[in-house]
Amino acid sequence: MSVLVGKDTRLVVTGLTGREGTFHALNNRNYGTDVVAGVTPGKRGQDVEGIPVFDTVHAAVAETGANTAMIFVPPRFAADSILEALDAGIELVVAITEGIPAHDELRVYTQLKRTPGARLVGPNCPGILSPGKANVGIIPASFFKEGNVGVVSRSGTLTYQIGNELAQRGFGNSSIVGIGGDPVPGSSFIDIIELFEQDPQTELIVMSGEIGGSAEEEAAEYIAANVTKPVVGYIAGFTAPPGKTMGHAGAIVSGTAGTAKAKAEALEAKGVRVGRTPTETAEIAMEILSA
Amino acid sequence: MDLLEYQGKQLFARHGIPVPSGKPASTVADAVAAADEIGYPCVVKAQVLIGGRGKAGGVKLAKDRAEAEQYATDILGMDIKGFTVHEVWIEAASDIASEYYASIVFDRAAKAPLVMFSTKGGMDIEAVAEETPEALVRIHVDPLLGFQDFHGRRLAFEAGVDADVVRPVGALLSKLYDAFVAEEAMLVEVNPLIVTGDRDVKALDAKVTLDGNSLYRHPDNAGLRNPSQEDEQEQMAHERGLTYVKLDGDIGILGNGAGLVMSTLDVVAQAGGSPANFLDAGGGSKADAIVSAVEVILSDTKVRAVLFNIFGGITRCDEVAKGLIEAFDVVKPTVPFVVRLDGTNDVAGRQLLADASLPNVHTEATMLGAAQKVVELAAAHGAAA
Repeated sequence: MSVLVGKDTRLVVTGLTGREGTFHALNNRNYGTDVVAGVTPGKRGQDVEGIPVFDTVHAAVAETGANTAMIFVPPRFAADSILEALDAGIELVVAITEGIPAHDELRVYTQLKRTPGARLVGPNCPGILSPGKANVGIIPASFFKEGNVGVVSRSGTLTYQIGNELAQRGFGNSSIVGIGGDPVPGSSFIDIIELFEQDPQTELIVMSGEIGGSAEEEAAEYIAANVTKPVVGYIAGFTAPPGKTMGHAGAIVSGTAGTAKAKAEALEAKGVRVGRTPTETAEIAMEILSA
Repeated sequence: MDLLEYQGKQLFARHGIPVPSGKPASTVADAVAAADEIGYPCVVKAQVLIGGRGKAGGVKLAKDRAEAEQYATDILGMDIKGFTVHEVWIEAASDIASEYYASIVFDRAAKAPLVMFSTKGGMDIEAVAEETPEALVRIHVDPLLGFQDFHGRRLAFEAGVDADVVRPVGALLSKLYDAFVAEEAMLVEVNPLIVTGDRDVKALDAKVTLDGNSLYRHPDNAGLRNPSQEDEQEQMAHERGLTYVKLDGDIGILGNGAGLVMSTLDVVAQAGGSPANFLDAGGGSKADAIVSAVEVILSDTKVRAVLFNIFGGITRCDEVAKGLIEAFDVVKPTVPFVVRLDGTNDVAGRQLLADASLPNVHTEATMLGAAQKVVELAAAHGAAA
């Protein structure tokens, strides 16, 4: 098993005909993901190395049975593209696009919560990799192998760092889920941890957080009340000054809210061990799994 | 992106929110001319992106021309908590009967705009929220429904405003919400929101933060950036399209991906070092972007050593190595570099660096090892300098 993406994934890519969209969609297909369609308005009938292109997500779903959408369009079109995918009945939307206006994300999120059965991962995320099964997004799959550690993270490259440290110690992953660095992520730590808790392949969960917002604190409460599997945490941004956006739109300490220290303490207070470096995080995971 | 008070007031005025009349000025002569036009008494207000202007002597009431000139002279060029005052705002003095508080924040946890209102205005609202939480009325607004008249009535009645201003306060809050949505703000705050002796309701202050990601839809707002309020390196980085934050230390940092760079700063600090900056070279960085980034990092003269921490995904380590080699050719750095390359094309990248045998460049295999090495080199370089 794995979570969110796997052998049942039938992927439609919005923005398939763009340079980045083509590159990553073909990468995903080469990995084994079933990429069934692309959407670019006005380009119906074309194809990208055999992947048929449609004018609308609705048409792509009707013709190919796509159940997952990857959003690869520029920020000014991305909210519309996500809403279109939700309207077309897509169950899982993975939004890679970085730089979507915050108010657009607010409207998308509100609509998402009114769409039964729909799920959004991202935006501003690297996507989801279930090693050995499917890759939806831009995670460099060659660094990861199949295994029993589920990873959920707000950062892409930091995920690769932690995943690589685990791989060097002989551990693989059930799934790696990037939830993204924006202020209004479609899925929270809690949403993904809930899936890992139910997934039989996952034996340990690594959650990698960062400054800004309160998602880590909320996850700490949830884990204490609902999660039986061991969870290991990591938080980036102990040295971040208040009031400065650290690269990710959502990574900002506002006044005294959203500090790394507060997040690490909230997790530790609920019994979640938190590594002080990516290396230490992997070592704690290894220690728990080897026990 | 934060706006100065007067920029916020001009934005409010565009949405029909009553504000006192005023003019900005960046010289004493302009300030006096503005004061003459507005009339006396008037207020001379320092325009800086930091709170506590009044306590620092940056807000003065001038009863005549001589005072306006004196205060403008005092305030222009004044340093307020590290910010130099380059502009003042000359505003008609207001007759204040009551001071209220109003704000709308982009509430990330609730994923909805949060409107807050209190009759305890003119003071630190965090203290009000702490000491008398019942005095701060809070209502979340459904972003797909928007602000309704009843929201305004509830806020006004529950906060206990004077009966005769319930309607104008509600109307002002509704316009404030319009401004928040139309301008795509992350925060709009009015403290104080005043009731005058004539029972008019006005915004006497304005604090506005706009969403940087939405500025392409608001070209006029994009032009309101205040480079004079930015650090020299941050300004240079901004012009080059780099994601850079200036810090206090002496170790320059470059990495790819926001989370990895934040983590690198932490690991360097844990190793006993002090980072000089956050710089995310981003995904898929090409050689010329690396050259540009190195120039920004080294323009900070405090930097004694530089750490490159790259885990290549989309970013290719050989491109980063090429960029570093080119940067050495262009910039000719005199400080030591530590480079950790892992991920896509890492072997090729390390080989390029080895072949180039750049002076004073050390390669390390792990993030932790690289952090320890750069801290050691910075200390040694500092002692030698």
